[in-house]
Amino acid sequence: MSDQKGLVPASHDSEGFEHDYNSGLAVVTADKIPDPGLEPHRVRMTDKSVKHENRAARQVFYWFMASAVGSVGSIVAYFAFPISSDLGTVHNNTFFMGLGIALGLFGIGFGAVHWAKTLMPDAEVAEPRHQTRGAEDVRARAVEIVSLANSESGFSRRKLIRRSLYGALAMFPLPALVLFKDMTTDPNPQGTLRHTMWTAGTRLALDPTGTPIKAADLTIGSVFHVIPEGLMPDGAHKDDYLEQKAKAAVLLVRVDPAQINSQKELDWGYNGIVAYSKICTHVGCPVALYEQHTHHLLCPCHQSTFDLANDCAVIFGPATRPLPQLQITVDAEGYLVAKGDFSEPVGPSFWERTAK
Amino acid sequence: MSNATSTAQKGGFLAGTANYLDERVGVGGILKEFGRKIFPDHWSFMLGEVALYSFLVLLLSGTFLTFFFQPAMTNVIYDGVYGPLKGAEMSIAYKSALDISFEVRGGLLMRELHHWAALLFVAAAGLHMMRVFFTGAFRKPREINWVVGFALFVLAMAGGFTGYSLPDDLLSGNGLRIIDGMIKGLPVIGAYVSSMLFGGEFPGHQIVARLYGLHILLIPAFILIFIVIHLFMVVIHKHTHYSGPGRRDDNVVGYPLMPVYVAKAGGFFFLVFGVLMLVAATVTINPIWLYGGYDPSPVSAGTQPDWYIGWADGALRLAPSHLEVTTGNYTWSWNILLPMIVLILLLVLVAAYPFFEAWVTGDKREHHVLDRPRNAPTRTAIGAAGMTFYAVLWAGASTDLIATHFALSLNHVLTTMQISLIVLPIIAFFITKRVCLSLQRKDREIVLHGRETGRIVRLPHGEYLEIHEPLDEYEMYKLVDFIDHKPDVARPNAQGKITLGARARAALSRFFFEDRVSPVSASELASAHPELDAVEHVETKALV
Repeated sequence: MSDQKGLVPASHDSEGFEHDYNSGLAVVTADKIPDPGLEPHRVRMTDKSVKHENRAARQVFYWFMASAVGSVGSIVAYFAFPISSDLGTVHNNTFFMGLGIALGLFGIGFGAVHWAKTLMPDAEVAEPRHQTRGAEDVRARAVEIVSLANSESGFSRRKLIRRSLYGALAMFPLPALVLFKDMTTDPNPQGTLRHTMWTAGTRLALDPTGTPIKAADLTIGSVFHVIPEGLMPDGAHKDDYLEQKAKAAVLLVRVDPAQINSQKELDWGYNGIVAYSKICTHVGCPVALYEQHTHHLLCPCHQSTFDLANDCAVIFGPATRPLPQLQITVDAEGYLVAKGDFSEPVGPSFWERTAK
Repeated sequence: MSNATSTAQKGGFLAGTANYLDERVGVGGILKEFGRKIFPDHWSFMLGEVALYSFLVLLLSGTFLTFFFQPAMTNVIYDGVYGPLKGAEMSIAYKSALDISFEVRGGLLMRELHHWAALLFVAAAGLHMMRVFFTGAFRKPREINWVVGFALFVLAMAGGFTGYSLPDDLLSGNGLRIIDGMIKGLPVIGAYVSSMLFGGEFPGHQIVARLYGLHILLIPAFILIFIVIHLFMVVIHKHTHYSGPGRRDDNVVGYPLMPVYVAKAGGFFFLVFGVLMLVAATVTINPIWLYGGYDPSPVSAGTQPDWYIGWADGALRLAPSHLEVTTGNYTWSWNILLPMIVLILLLVLVAAYPFFEAWVTGDKREHHVLDRPRNAPTRTAIGAAGMTFYAVLWAGASTDLIATHFALSLNHVLTTMQISLIVLPIIAFFITKRVCLSLQRKDREIVLHGRETGRIVRLPHGEYLEIHEPLDEYEMYKLVDFIDHKPDVARPNAQGKITLGARARAALSRFFFEDRVSPVSASELASAHPELDAVEHVETKALV
C-alpha cells in the first residue's frame, strides 16, 4: 500500500494511492499552492502551568462528585415524592427524579469531556489511510477462491441442479402468503365496507349517550353527533362497537329548507333536517366542524370542506366525493329514523367502490 | 503481549484481567488495531453521535415501558387515579399507558424521555444526513454507507410512527385512521391490505398488538443491524476530515480513540442523555390523558402528527381537489396516490443522489477530504432546493394553525403553499448557488489581497488607506484546498456515435459546473503582489 510513500504532501488527487483512477471532470492542477502540513500545536494553560492543571483536575473531580450527588438525589426523590391520586404528586415525582438523574448524567458527561479537553493531549496526529480496494495479490486470491468454489461445486457446469435450486428458492417463500392471509378473517373486505348498521326504521341517537332524537328537538342551526340507536359499548355490538361506529357516525343538522339548493337533499331529509355521514371521503377523519352561517362542514385533518346547502359537495381541500347522505324520516312517535342504509359506501374511497 | 503472563503477575488486577481476556478473546490484538485509531474532530461530526445516543436512550427507556405497557385493545372501564376519565370506556392499551403515567413512580418521566428521545433521534439523523450531503461525504467510497444511513432515517420514522400509535389515544387513533384511508386508496389491493393490517375492519382489535411487535422487535432489530453496518463501514473507511493544512485523502488527522475519544464521545453520550432527561423532567410531551381513548367519531381541531410525519401529512393536504377518478367500476384515488408518489420520489432521489453525482462528475477517485459547501455550489443549491421542498410539505401539515394564528384565510394559505411547493425550491436553488459562488470569490479575494483589518491610515498628503493583512500559510491553505470541476462536452463513443447518455451527461455537467470559481493557484498568488496590495485605496470622501 501507499504507506511506504508515507506522508508526502499530496493533493486531493490519488497520488498517494497506488491506483490511478479517473478524475473525471475534476481539474488536476500542477500549480497548487503547496500544503504547509499540520499546524503547530498550541500549548494550553494546563500544559504549562501546574496550577491550572491542578485546577482542571479539581473541576473534573467536582463534576464527578456532582454526578454522584444527583444519582443519590434521584433515589431520595423517589421516596420523598411518592405519587398518589393527587396529580400534583405525579408532577413532583417526575420533576425531582428527572432532575436528579439529569445531574447524575451531566456530571459524568461534563467531567469526562473537561478531562479530555484540559488534561489529555490535544495535539492532532495524522495516521495513514489505505485505499479501500484490496491489493492486487489479495484481489487475485479472492478471484481464485471464487473460481475454485465454482469448479469444486460445479455450480456453473451443472445447469440442471443450479436451475432447480433457483426454482426451489423461488417457491419456498410462497407458504408465507397463505400464512399471512389469515391476518384478516374477513373473506370479502371490500364487501364489508359497503354496509353500515343503518336499516329502515333505525332511530337516530345521540353520540355517545344513545338517546333517540325527536325531530322537534332540533331548532334551525343546531347540530347533533349521531349514532344508530342500540350502538353502545356494552350493547348488542359489544364486540364490534368501534368498527360499526367508524362507519355509521352521522352528523345531523337542521337548516332552513329555503337555503338548501338541492331537491334530493330536501327529499332525503325531513323538514330541513339532514343527516350526512361524518366520515370524510378523503382518508376517513370525522368531519366534525360545522360553520353555521356558511353551511360548510370542515374536516379538521386535511381541511376538506363540504357545502351542506349543496348536497355536501366538496368545495375545498383534497377530497373529491360529497359526503353520503342518509335518508331519514320520522316514526309514529316523532323520533327521527333512517329510511335504510346509505345508498353508497361511506368513508375513504377504495378500488371496487363503484362496482356492483 | 508476548510476556503478558509475566506482566499479569507483576501488574495486579487490571493486567490480570487483560491477560485473561487476551488469552480467551485476543483482546490485545483488538486494542492494538483500534486503541489508537485516529478520529477527526469537528462539531458537525457529533450530529450522528447524537442520533446514536438517542437510540441508546430509546432502547433503555423503551425497555422500561415494555414492563408496564399492555398492547391489548379489549375494552375496559377506567378506574384509575385520573379523575376526568373515571368510568370512561377505553382499551387496555390506553389504560396501561395512563397507568404508566399516573401510577408508576418515574413512569411519566420514562414515557416523556422515550418520546423526546424519539423526536431527537429522527431530528439528529436528519441533520447528520444533511451534514453528509453538504460536505460531499457520500462520495466514493461511501456511497453504500449513504444508502445504509438513508435506510436508518426511514426506519427511524417508521419506529416513531409505530410507537406514536401504541397508546391508542384519540390523536394517534386518528393518525391510524388516516393511514387506513391511504391504504384503502391503493389500486386493486387497498381494501384487502387494510383488512389484513387491522385484522378486519378499522379499527379492529389487532392493530396495537401488531404495531407493538414491529415497534419493539422488528424495527429496532433492523435499526441495530444497520447501525452496526454503518459504523463498521466508518471503521473500514476511517472518518472523513475537513480540508485544511496537512489533511489529505491518504491520511486522517485527529485524536486517538484511547484516551481522548473514549472520554469525549463517552462523555458526550452522558450529555445527550442528560439533556433528554432534563427536558423529559421539565417539558410535557404527548399528554395522552387530555385526548381520551380512541373513538372514531370525535376529533379535536388543529390535530398534528409528530414533527417527522408532518411532511407526509402536508403532502396529503396540498393535493389539489377533485383528483379522484373512476374508470368503469374502479376508483383511482389520485388525491392519495399523487402525494404518496411525491413522497416516495423524494426519498428515492435522496437515496440515489451519490450515484447520480458520481455519474455526472465521472470522478472515480476516493474522497476523504470533505468539501466546504460553498466549494460545491450546484450540489449545495440542489440540497437547499430539496430542503425547501421538504420544508414546504412540512409546513403544509400546519395550514389550519397558520391560518388561525395569523388570522389568514385557510384557502389562501393552502393555495400559497401549493405554489410555494413548486416555486420556492427553484428560488432557493438560485439564491444558494449565487451565495456559494460569491463566498468563493470572497475567499479568492482574501487569499490574493489579505484580510481587511479595519485599520485606516492617513498618509501625509491626506489620502486614507486601509491596511490589508496577508494570511498565514495555514489559513490560506484552508481557502485554496478544494476540487475544481470543468464542464465536459458530449464525446463520441468507440463507434463514433454520440449517445443520448453522453449528451445528457454533458448537459448535466454544464448545469453543475458552468459557473465555477477556481482555487487560487501558486502562480496567481505570486503575481498578486500582496506586498503592494497590503493597503487598499479608500475613497477619502466615503470617510467624511
